[in-house]
Amino acid sequence: MTNSNNTGEQGSNRVKRGLAEMLKGGVIMDVVTAEQARIAEDAGAVAVMALERVPADIRSQGGVARMSDPDLIESIIAEVSIPVMAKARIGHFVEAQVLQALNVDYIDESEVLSPADYVNHIDKWDFNVPFVCGATNLGEALRRINEGAAMIRSKGEAGTGDVSEATKHIRKIKSEIAQLSSMSKDELYVAAKELQAPYELVAEIAETGKLPVVLFTAGGVATPADAAMMMQLGADGVFVGSGIFKSGNPEKRAAAVVKATTFFDDPSVIAEVSRGLGEAMVGINVSDLAAPHRLAERGW
Amino acid sequence: MAGSGTPRIGVLALQGDFREHAIVLRGLGADVVNVRRPEELAAVDGLILPGGESSVQDKLSRTFGLAEPLKQAIASGLPVYGTCAGLIFLADRITDGIAGQQTLGGLDVVVRRNAFGSQLDSFETDLDVPVLGGEPVHAVFIRAPVVDTLGPRATALASLADGRVVAVEQGNLLGTAFHPEVTGDIRFHAYFLDKVRAHAA
Repeated sequence: MTNSNNTGEQGSNRVKRGLAEMLKGGVIMDVVTAEQARIAEDAGAVAVMALERVPADIRSQGGVARMSDPDLIESIIAEVSIPVMAKARIGHFVEAQVLQALNVDYIDESEVLSPADYVNHIDKWDFNVPFVCGATNLGEALRRINEGAAMIRSKGEAGTGDVSEATKHIRKIKSEIAQLSSMSKDELYVAAKELQAPYELVAEIAETGKLPVVLFTAGGVATPADAAMMMQLGADGVFVGSGIFKSGNPEKRAAAVVKATTFFDDPSVIAEVSRGLGEAMVGINVSDLAAPHRLAERGW
Repeated sequence: MAGSGTPRIGVLALQGDFREHAIVLRGLGADVVNVRRPEELAAVDGLILPGGESSVQDKLSRTFGLAEPLKQAIASGLPVYGTCAGLIFLADRITDGIAGQQTLGGLDVVVRRNAFGSQLDSFETDLDVPVLGGEPVHAVFIRAPVVDTLGPRATALASLADGRVVAVEQGNLLGTAFHPEVTGDIRFHAYFLDKVRAHAA
C-alpha cells in the first residue's frame, strides 16, 4: 500500500470521474465505526461513507453537524480496503483540505451536514481528491459539475427512510435530461438560462443524453426494493445512509440491498433477498417534516 | 459465432463499468450480452471481466452460482479479458484482498490489489505496448492492481517505468491493471477480439 515513483498525472478529471465509474452498480453505505465498516465491506459494499452520526441521528439530535473526527475517519480507512468517502460541509473548503490530507478516496460536499457557506460551494477543481455532490434537479447537478464535482447523487431526504424524495429527484433529473435531448439547438440557450447552468454543459447533455459524470441516488433508501427501484429509474448505483445500521439486522439487510442493486430488474431475486430481514428503520414521513428540517433544500 | 462471423462477447455485469466495455465492443462490431447468470455464459465466444470492486464481484459471482461456471469456461479455453478488478479476478493468486476473497484463476500471476494506495495515488500515463504496435497506450490507473509475480506461463505485455508489470497475456487470457474502456483507445479490445475470432475459427 505504499506510493511509488510513478510519473503519471494524478488528480485529472478522468482519474477523478473514473473512480465513480468503477463504483457503478454498487452500494455505498454510511458507517460510524470501524466495526460497521467491516460489516459493510463483508456484505459487499463498493465503498463506505465514514461519518460520526448517520443522518437519522443528526436529525433527531439536532445541533450543528460537521466533518467527522480525523481519528474516526482514519480508523475506518485502516479497517477496510474498499474506497472510503467522508463528508465536508457545503462551502467548507478547509474541511475538504483536511479530508484530502487524510487520504480519503472521495469527499461528499453534503447537505446532511450544516452548511458553512450559504452562497458558495467548494471550488472542487482545487483538489486532487474527487468530490460527489447532491442535486435535486438537473440545473443543480450541472452547477456542481461546473464547480468540479466528479460524481452526482440525487439528494432524496436523508435520515428519513422515506424514499419518496429520492424518487422525485432522480425522476426530475432524468426527465430534464430527456427534455434537453429533444430540444433543437437554438432552444438550448434559453434552456441553459432556465436551468441556471453553463451553456457548454447543457449543450453537451443535449448531445449525449446523459450526465458527464456518474449519477447515484441517495436519501431515504431503506429496503432492497427501494434500491432496485432507484436502479430501474436510471440511477447508476445507490447510497444507503441510516437505512442499514438503523435496522434490526444490518448484516443481512446490507447484503440484501447489494444483491437487489445488481439484480434490480429481477423481481424474483428481490423477493428472495427481501425475506426475513427483520425490522426496517422506523423512519419519518417526509410530509411530516417541517420545511426547515428538510435537508434537501440546503444547497442551491 | 453461430456462423454469422460476428463474435458474441459476454460482459460480466454484476457490478462496475461493464457498460463502457459494451460500448467499445459494439463499436468494434461485436454482439454484446450482459452476463449475470450461468445460462447467459453458455452462448458467448469470449468474456470481459470489467473494472469495479473486485471483492464485490467475487462475492456476487459466488452467491449467484456464477463462479464455478466461469472457472470451467476459463479452463475450457474461453477467451477472457479482465481490466483492473477483472485482472484481479483472473489471477491465480492475489495479495491484499479482503478476508476470504477468492479469484477465478487462470492467469499464472500473483496480483496485488490496490497496489498504489488511495484514490489520490490514481493516475494516468503513457505505456509502451509492443504487441499492439504504434503509439503508446494512454492508460488510466484507478486504485489499480499490479502484477507482483509473473509465473512462467504468463507473458508481460506492458510495464511501468519502474518495471512493475501492468498488462499480461497467457494463451486466450488477457489482463490489464488499467482501463482501456474509459479512454477511447480501442486497441486492447481489438486485440482481444482477434483472439476470440482465432479461437472460434
